[in-house]
Amino acid sequence: MENQEQFDSGGYLNMELLRFTTAGSVDDGKSTLIGRLLYDSKSIFEDQYEAIKKTSEQKGEEYVNLALLTDGLRAEREQGITIDVAYRYFSTPKRKFIIADTPGHIQYTRNMVTGASTANLAIILVDARKGVVEQTFRHTFIATLLQIPHVCVCINKMDLVDYKEEVFEKVKHDFKAFASKLDIKDLHFIPISALMGDNVVDRSERMSWYNGQTLLYLLETIHIGNDHNHIDCRFPVQYVVRPQKTEFHDYRGFAGRIAGGIFKKGDKVLALPSGFATTIKSINTFDGEVEEAFAPMSVTITLNDEIDISRGDMIVRENNVPHNSQDLDIMVCWMNEKKMVKGGKYALKHTTKDTRCMIKDVKYKLNINTLHRNEEDLEIGLNDIARISIRTTSPLFFDSYKRNRNTGSVILIDEGTNETLAAGMII
Amino acid sequence: METIKDYNLTHLRELEAESIFVLREVAAQFENPVLLFSGGKDSIVCLHLARKAFYPANVPFPLLMIDTGHNFPETVDFIHKTVETLGVRLIVASVQDAIDRGLVTEEKGINASRNALQTVPLLEAIEKNKFDAAIGGARRDEEKARAKERFFSHRDEFGQWDPKNQRPELWNLFNGKKSFGEHFRVFPISNWTEMDVWQYILLEKIELPSLYFSHKRNVFERDGSYLAVSEHIPMKPEEKEEELIVRFRTIGDMSCTGAVLSEATSIEDIIQEVATSRVTERGTRADDKRSEAAMEDRKKAGYF
Repeated sequence: MENQEQFDSGGYLNMELLRFTTAGSVDDGKSTLIGRLLYDSKSIFEDQYEAIKKTSEQKGEEYVNLALLTDGLRAEREQGITIDVAYRYFSTPKRKFIIADTPGHIQYTRNMVTGASTANLAIILVDARKGVVEQTFRHTFIATLLQIPHVCVCINKMDLVDYKEEVFEKVKHDFKAFASKLDIKDLHFIPISALMGDNVVDRSERMSWYNGQTLLYLLETIHIGNDHNHIDCRFPVQYVVRPQKTEFHDYRGFAGRIAGGIFKKGDKVLALPSGFATTIKSINTFDGEVEEAFAPMSVTITLNDEIDISRGDMIVRENNVPHNSQDLDIMVCWMNEKKMVKGGKYALKHTTKDTRCMIKDVKYKLNINTLHRNEEDLEIGLNDIARISIRTTSPLFFDSYKRNRNTGSVILIDEGTNETLAAGMII
Repeated sequence: METIKDYNLTHLRELEAESIFVLREVAAQFENPVLLFSGGKDSIVCLHLARKAFYPANVPFPLLMIDTGHNFPETVDFIHKTVETLGVRLIVASVQDAIDRGLVTEEKGINASRNALQTVPLLEAIEKNKFDAAIGGARRDEEKARAKERFFSHRDEFGQWDPKNQRPELWNLFNGKKSFGEHFRVFPISNWTEMDVWQYILLEKIELPSLYFSHKRNVFERDGSYLAVSEHIPMKPEEKEEELIVRFRTIGDMSCTGAVLSEATSIEDIIQEVATSRVTERGTRADDKRSEAAMEDRKKAGYF
C-alpha cells in the first residue's frame, strides 16, 4: 500500500469519478452537446470522427453531425432516435466522467429513471427559443425524484437567439418559478451553444455578459465529496468469504460494499436481523487491512464474535439503526408493459436481500407534468409514477431514499418472466 | 488506499469497488459461473479483480478459453502460466473441434477469420458445463453496440442477446433471475475505458503477455493495419512481408488482430501512447470493420 501512494506517473492517482445524466426534449441538441463534450475534450478518435463525417456527408448535412456518435443500435441509426440508455466516457486531467445518455421522449421515462439512479449530476437542456416547456418540468422532476444531488440547466442554442442575455434570464426566471415546487439541492444555469461550442468547454466570446463558469469547468470542479451518506453506518452483507485453506482455517469474512457511514476497526456493531452485538475485528482488502471504510468501498469485515450472518443481513452501528418493517410506502416508476396488479405478488430486491412483496394499496398516480395527484385513475402501467403501499414477506432494514439512495431503493421483479418491473424509492 | 480530500475515492478505486461488487453478486446469485479468459488485458484485469473480491479465498469459478486454433503462442503460454500460478481450473473449447464436427463452416477467402466462429463453441461450452453466468471483460467504451450493454446481460435459451428488450438496471440492484436453460453474461468492467485499464495495470503491477509490448515481428500491411505473418493468414501476391517494431493494442485471433508500429516497452510508455493515440483500439480489429453493425449482429447471436 505504502509504495503505491508514493508512485507517481501523471496525475491519474488524484482523479475523481463523476456520473451525470443528460435530459432534453427531442430536438434540444442533447446528442450534439454530448458530441461536443467528447470532441472538445479530445475524447473522440480519428476513426470514430471519420465514420460520422462520412455518414453526415452521405446524408447531406451541413455540419459534421456529432449526434451520430451516440447512436449505438441499428434501429437507432435508422430512426434517428435514441431508444435505450447508453453510457459514454470521457476524462480530463481532473476527473473521469460517465454520461448516462437517456432519450427524452415521454415513452422513455423508464430510461431516464434508470440513468438518473446512479448519477451525481443532471444536465437539463432547454432550447433558448422555446424556453421552459412541459418536458423541462418532467425531466427536472425525475432528477429530483431520484435525488440527483446537483442539477445544471443548460440553455442551449443561444446562437439562434443572438446570444441575448434577456433570453437566458427569462428561462432562468421561469425555471426557478416552477423549481420552487421541487426539492433541488444544488442548481446551476449556463447559457451555451452546443453546435458552436459556446461555454461548453471553452468560454464564449459572444456572451460577455455571462461571468459564470463553462459547463466542463462545472463538471470538473463541483464538490461531490458529500454525495454519499457518511453518517449512517450501513453494511449489507453480500457474500460470506470462507477460505478452505489451512492458513485461514477459522476465517469468516463478510464481504460487501459500504452503503453508508464510516466503519472503523473496533467499532461496536449490531448484526441485523439477529440483533447480536459485537465489535469489528478487522476490515480487510486484498491489499491488506484498512483502519476505516466508507461508501462506496468494497471490503471484507471480520467480527470478534462468532454470530450467524448471511447474505441479505446488515451490519450497522449500535446507536444508529435503520427502520425495520414489513410495511413500506414507496414511490414507484413502472417500467414494464405489463400493468401493475393491485394485490399482486412480486419478487423484491433491496440492497443484497431478496424477498417477496404484495401490493396492498395504490395511493395515487402522479401526473409528472403538473404534479397533480390522481386518486381516481389508479391503473399503473408503463412509465407511470405512483405512490403505493407494499407488504414484504420478511422485514426490511431500510432508510428513506432521501436519506440514503443505497438503503432506500428497491426493484420489483415479475416472478413469471423474471423481468424487472419497477423502481421503487422508499418514503 | 489513495483517497482525495476527506472521504472520496479516486476514479480507479471507485471503478475497482464497483467491479468487485459485481463479481461478488455473480458468486452470490449464480450457481455455476465461469470467467471467460482470453489472455487479453481486459480479461486479465477481470481475473485480478476476482482475486481481490474473494480474498483470502480462491476465485470461486473456473476459466473458459475459446481456442480458435489461430492464437498467438505468447497468449497461450501466458494463459497456462496464469492457471498454474493461481491454481484455477481451465476449460478449453475449440473452434477447430467445432469445424471438424461440422458445427461451423470455416470462412473462405483472403479475409477469412475464425473470430465469429467462436460463438458456437462458446455457447456449446456454456450449455455442456451448465454455466449459468459467463463473466467477460467487455467494456462499454469499446464499441457502439457495447455501449448499450448491461452489467448483467440476459441471454435466452439460444444464447441470444435482445438489445431492444433489455432489463432496466437501477442503482446497484442487479437482477440475475432467469428460467432454466437461459444464462447471463456479466461485464464487471463495463464502466472502464481503455485508459482506466492501463492505469490500473500500472497501479496494480499486473503482468501481461509480451505481445502488448513492442517487439520485432514479420508483418504485412492490409487495409491500413499490420497483420502478423503466419501460416493461418494467406497473403495476396502484392502484399509484402517486412520486419518491423510493433506491438498489439488488443489481443484476439491472429487473423483479425492488427499490430501497430510502436516503441513502447513499458506500461508507462503504453499509457503515453494511448493518451496521444487518435485511433480507437478496435480500429485495429478487422472483425469490427465488416459493417457498421458488425458487433451488434455478432452479439445478438451470442458472441462475447
